[in-house]
Amino acid sequence: MIDTLTLTAEEAWRLVDAREVSGAELFAAYRAAIDERDDELHAFLHVADDPGGDGLPIAIKDVIGTQGVPTTAGSKILESYVPVFDATVAARCKSHGLRLLGKTNTDEFAMGSSTENSAFGPSRNPWDPTRVPGGSGGGSAAAVSGGLAPWALGSDTGGSIKQPSALCGNVGLRPTYGTVSRYGVVAFASSLDQVGPVAKTVRDCAFLYSIIAGRDENDSTTVDVPAVELPDAEDLKGLRIGVPKEMNEREGIEPGVTAAVLEAIELAESLGAEVGECSLPRSVEYGVACYYLVAPAEASSNLGRYDGVRYGLRSDGEDFRTMLMNTRHDGFGDEPKRRIMIGTYALSSGYYDAYYGTAQKVRTVIRREHAAVFESFDVIVSPTSPTVAFKIGEKADNPLAMYLNDLLTIPSCMAGLPGLNIPCGLSEGLPVGLQLIGPQFSENILFRTGHALERALGFDGVPARLRS
Amino acid sequence: MAGISRDEVLHVARLARLELTDEEVGKFQEQLSDIIEAISKVSELDLSDVPPTAHPLEIANTWAEDEPGPCLSAAEAFANAPDREDGYFKVPPA
Repeated sequence: MIDTLTLTAEEAWRLVDAREVSGAELFAAYRAAIDERDDELHAFLHVADDPGGDGLPIAIKDVIGTQGVPTTAGSKILESYVPVFDATVAARCKSHGLRLLGKTNTDEFAMGSSTENSAFGPSRNPWDPTRVPGGSGGGSAAAVSGGLAPWALGSDTGGSIKQPSALCGNVGLRPTYGTVSRYGVVAFASSLDQVGPVAKTVRDCAFLYSIIAGRDENDSTTVDVPAVELPDAEDLKGLRIGVPKEMNEREGIEPGVTAAVLEAIELAESLGAEVGECSLPRSVEYGVACYYLVAPAEASSNLGRYDGVRYGLRSDGEDFRTMLMNTRHDGFGDEPKRRIMIGTYALSSGYYDAYYGTAQKVRTVIRREHAAVFESFDVIVSPTSPTVAFKIGEKADNPLAMYLNDLLTIPSCMAGLPGLNIPCGLSEGLPVGLQLIGPQFSENILFRTGHALERALGFDGVPARLRS
Repeated sequence: MAGISRDEVLHVARLARLELTDEEVGKFQEQLSDIIEAISKVSELDLSDVPPTAHPLEIANTWAEDEPGPCLSAAEAFANAPDREDGYFKVPPA
């Protein structure tokens, strides 16, 4: 009997290698879990038939193109879109024998922090179905913690892997910019978008990262990536951990979140790490404003391709321009419309220097501030999200309040830095996420730190209400 | 600089080729004004000597060999087209 709620990918792989379980049996077990629980969780937008292969099942966020399998990006404008080629990351999973379970729900075009912006309805948090799983990659996070997939791929622009992982109690990596190909991935903000793994453990997360990372000639922003080391050390001797005070003592961080993070920091110290305070004042103060200029500006350009001509929705219109404007009106939901308009405004004649140009300079300030901190520290830590999972509907009518949810995940994204979320405890019965940030290409240090902490914390990732 | 007028909302929507209903114009005017006020915060910093960052990695001009490779067949390229005729994407008259 396979318990998909507790089985790690590493153990599943061992069972398959030892021929104790066949790949088909494993796939069937996850498929049965989907049939049992996904009516409630709505983690998947599309469930696939077993494509065969030698390896484990995997769920893939619906912004990642999968040949012959619908890829909607959570948008009506791509509702009927079926890619004719695989994204590089999907192809790499396939070549490792991974079997596609299905495509996971996302805020439309990965724009959001709750999946409530999905055109196909929100996903629900496996710990409490009245709450959001986070976003945009809430479907992938809910699938992993709900036992519907052993691991999953997400994508992260300003926190869309880390924040849902925090809210659902699993491990998620936003890799260093340039380490994972975006070829075949629906583009949102190209100087920020990164694909990354979501898993139950740091070792699973590191292994999935090793499958997808590396230079791709079809994505000229990718670079050669250092060999991935699966972490096994259980101490943190010699590691210098910085605690940025603006990211840990800020108003709006729930007391239960602060308490769990502080406990994890003390634990790190007891494992041999040197812990010291540091400061990222302007990154935190100006990060969200900077992000909500840069990302919409790039989105307004990237979403220009949805024109009703080559693929996707087409609405009626007696001439080309009317067809185009009606298609975009009918196909995009409110959040993409807001971001397209903000971005177009920020890039428009007379405003470019004041908004987009200024934001690009702030981005330099954020980069430099982080670089200075990493002269003294190997890793910096903070809560991933200022709050635990919030109620569905709580922030849905207030876009600005939703944006502030990304306060702690955004600054490192602007600097192209990798970030790992690991669960570090519960507050009000809901998971709290610890964010570990390192310099560019420091994934191995993040894995080592995350793994040692994970072992010491002993967090039970199975949602309490689903434990047998 | 905070705030955005109704005419500016319509102007930006036109630039972005977005049809909006009257109701949407009112709703977005209010929401976008709040957002623009919040993001205008970037103008508080003195940035006179700071160069812009367009991209987080310091790489430039990544070249590839100019060699023919496999590409989509015409049937694949048209597979998702809303309308087509004789090997062309078909659209309403301009």
